[in-house]
Amino acid sequence: MRTARQNLVQTMSNTGFTPVATVNPPLPGRGDVLIDTALNSTMGIIGGFFEWFGNLGIFFWQVLRAAVTPPYEWRELIRQLDEVGSKSFPVVVMAGSAIGVIISLEARYSLSRFGAKSMFPATLVYSVIQVMGPIITGLVVSGRVGAGISAELASMKVTEQIDAIEASAINPYRLLAATRILACILMLPLLTLVSDGCALLMGWFAQTLVEPLSFHQFIQDGFKGATFSSFLPQTFKTAVYGLIIGLIACFQGMRTRGGAEGVGRAATNSVVLASLFVILADVVLVKFILVVFP
Amino acid sequence: MATACDIAMTQERSEIDGSAPVVAVESLRKTFGSHMVLNGISLSVDRGETLAVLGRSGTGKSVLLRLIIGLETPDSGSVCIHGQNIVGLALDRMGEIRKKMGFLFQHAALYDSLTVAENVAFPLIHHRKDMSRFERNERVKQLLSEVGMEGNLDTMPSDISGGMQKRVGLARALALEPEILLLDEPTAGLDPISSGEIDDLILKLQHERRMASIVVTHDLHSARTIANRLALLDQGNVVIEGTFEILQQSDIGFVENFLKLS
Repeated sequence: MRTARQNLVQTMSNTGFTPVATVNPPLPGRGDVLIDTALNSTMGIIGGFFEWFGNLGIFFWQVLRAAVTPPYEWRELIRQLDEVGSKSFPVVVMAGSAIGVIISLEARYSLSRFGAKSMFPATLVYSVIQVMGPIITGLVVSGRVGAGISAELASMKVTEQIDAIEASAINPYRLLAATRILACILMLPLLTLVSDGCALLMGWFAQTLVEPLSFHQFIQDGFKGATFSSFLPQTFKTAVYGLIIGLIACFQGMRTRGGAEGVGRAATNSVVLASLFVILADVVLVKFILVVFP
Repeated sequence: MATACDIAMTQERSEIDGSAPVVAVESLRKTFGSHMVLNGISLSVDRGETLAVLGRSGTGKSVLLRLIIGLETPDSGSVCIHGQNIVGLALDRMGEIRKKMGFLFQHAALYDSLTVAENVAFPLIHHRKDMSRFERNERVKQLLSEVGMEGNLDTMPSDISGGMQKRVGLARALALEPEILLLDEPTAGLDPISSGEIDDLILKLQHERRMASIVVTHDLHSARTIANRLALLDQGNVVIEGTFEILQQSDIGFVENFLKLS
């Protein structure tokens, strides 16, 4: 990129005048250096972004190939199902319950203003099952499980335990990554059901404290006119969140370098990236579900 | 140009007569970024032979072992195991070759969530499906007894010393009865008595099993005790290779310095 000063020098040269500056070119101005630095760093970020996606794609292919070919690691898969499910259960219960209470309080207030209090059960049911339950479960699990998987694998990587597995003629993509990713895919919809259940129960409870309503009546009103297609796709879309969380956590963990600092970085990056991609995936999945299940 | 693999095949130095090199590396090059670690080195090890690889820190000794077991890929050159070049093999095909190899990592690399016995049982669980649980437990006890760790079956790796971890790592490396044993700094960080015990153990195993072994070490005394041949690396090249006596007779400045200061 030519600067104003360089243009001036060129113009003077064209008129036959040889400025001193052409004999002794000036050092680049502060503005040029800043532009160069900004350009380089932008190109670095863009390059790094594509490199990360490329490596993630290669990693996914290796995991997929390992997962579909025998021997299958059933024992490790069951252990991971337990790890992902049982360890996330308390957090999901608490998050779901809190969301139920919050939606209940907000919905009652808003609906009262428009004289639509009778819509409360349906509002709560639809808000929880179609919107808040899946996304909150995805984010909670990406924090709890994503960080755990990433830190565990990163620690194994920096202490050469993953190399030791490979040196023992065991495919680490099959044993470590495929089992964890599959466990996340299978457990996310189940954890979402738990979260939804807790949210509905606590939402009803919060409402009942103010204005008594039988649970039977609440459920009957809430699910009136609902079909399986109203709720099932919303619940089972979380399997995609599971894939994202497991894949990013394993990828970040298994490519870690640099000791304890690297382990911390892997866990942090895993949580941030998994949460971000879960939200982005939700945007796409909501549209997809609206089109496929109108 | 014929590689070590080709030579091994064309000369028909079969495994049966015991003269084929079990491990042969030829013109091996490896760089990390702009840093050249190995600059075209060639080495071979026969059955029942122990080669000690010596050199200063950062001369690529450990990288050489990782290339031989396929944990790293060379920039060029070949790594032949029983005459088969393993460079570029798919992970599952490589797994079949790795079953014939045992690897002791520098820091043992024991699985920290498993007990000592479970660490040693780990390769058996995955590769010896024909073994009953009883047979596997007996085999684990036997392996741990060979390395003097039979009293620590249920101990976690974090609760035992560095020397004991290396013994357990050695037992794990021997679990699948390998034909090739790769040892990365087996005595590093150990006191002289523990180092001596590890050396004795390696010698005993060599005598009983006649494996081809490559030992990477800084410890000249240990190398002299356990190895038939020594190779001294410097700046990615083999400076000298031969028996300890050949190294002693060398007039190369680097070799003289290394022997004098070790």
